Amino acid sequence: MARAALSGRLTWRTATLVDSRWETGTARTLVLRVPGWPGHLAGQHVDVRLTAEDGYTARRSYSVAAPANGELVELTVQRVDDGEVSPYLTDVLPVDARIELRGPVGGWFVWRPANPRPVLLVAGGSGIVPLMAMVRARGQAGDRTPFRLIYSVRTPEQVYYAQELREARRAGLDVALVYTRTAAEGTRRPPGRITADDLARDGWPAEFQPDCYVCGPTGFVEVVADLLTGLGHDPASIRTERFGPTGG
Amino acid sequence: MGIVSPGFAGRRRTDDRLPPGQFRTEDFPVLSAGPTPRVPLEQWRFTITSELGREYAWTWPELLALPSDSATVDLHCVTGWSKLGTGWQGVSLDVLFEEVETAAEYAMVHSYGGYTTNLPLQDLLDGQSWIAYRFDGDDLAPEHGGPARLLVPHLYLWKSAKWVRGITLMDQDEPGFWEAAGYHIYGDPWLEQRYQGD
Repeated sequence: MARAALSGRLTWRTATLVDSRWETGTARTLVLRVPGWPGHLAGQHVDVRLTAEDGYTARRSYSVAAPANGELVELTVQRVDDGEVSPYLTDVLPVDARIELRGPVGGWFVWRPANPRPVLLVAGGSGIVPLMAMVRARGQAGDRTPFRLIYSVRTPEQVYYAQELREARRAGLDVALVYTRTAAEGTRRPPGRITADDLARDGWPAEFQPDCYVCGPTGFVEVVADLLTGLGHDPASIRTERFGPTGG
Repeated sequence: MGIVSPGFAGRRRTDDRLPPGQFRTEDFPVLSAGPTPRVPLEQWRFTITSELGREYAWTWPELLALPSDSATVDLHCVTGWSKLGTGWQGVSLDVLFEEVETAAEYAMVHSYGGYTTNLPLQDLLDGQSWIAYRFDGDDLAPEHGGPARLLVPHLYLWKSAKWVRGITLMDQDEPGFWEAAGYHIYGDPWLEQRYQGD
């Protein structure tokens, strides 16, 4: 396992919501202006802190959804119905309101445009967020690294960034959607959980020595990482990030 | 006081077993940087290597033959969740260090799969840590670090290295995997030492 990147001391910064959009019925992208933001790498996450009027605070970690863009930081937050923080961020936080943010955090689950190895991204549900940051970073840098994305979702309605993924597909990104409950019309693959066949057909052969990034709920990541190892991928080339069921 | 977010009420912390900034979960989330290593028990070894290079090693049957403790402890993950009152069985590091001759002050813990984490040796001793192989009465599952993991519950959970393979003693402190990636060198949840400089 290689060493991850070193980062400096992290301070809490004020972040103002300047724009937002719904990705699905329950997932909202927040565009935050963070003066003094030091920039970040695709795949990193940030800590968000909310403070109530009486001084009570709650903090959670969220992956950044887009590459560095000056003072703007984009997060996509999935509402967890019984969560403490996410329902506020998706349903309540108004434009011009302020929260606190610190980061970036995590120097391991990152992709850098200079890396020449082909890339396989495997997302389960809201695990698409840090992988989308990588897709966007590649596009922004005009990078030609071969990328393949396999994105597992329950239903077509739960696909984040659907329009952008369609456009990225036309621009040469390989995108395979794996529907687990209800497939989109015209899809040949019957709905069902991701299999070794999916990863073999829509991923890279192990001989190409791709870097594999897997992000999603714990069970999904466990299964996919094991399947990739079983297909001959070097465990050291498989980087994982897991969203527990309690990200609330 | 920080910036107030309008309309945020939140849920109040009602349990004094929760360190600052933590929330309680009943699940057992998993966090790791790569695939889960599978270690056949017949090949499993646990090794302590002193600062002078002397090795002390145990096979799986040798580990199981040592006196073990049952411990009920609270787990605190740097990502924010805490799981309270978890039941473990394992061998105290005091037992494993009984015959180890060392004057070193620091330890680097190594895992199958390549993970590392560092901590002061004194945090491993005096009943504060175990090589744990049973959780809630069952063999420890691979995704939670089985066959055996370090359990050092007074520090954030990334210090409790899963798939533990050995400990190397050092005169000087050195950062492990997450510590080199910006996480705190020590990681006391009660002081909220999440990241470097906290």
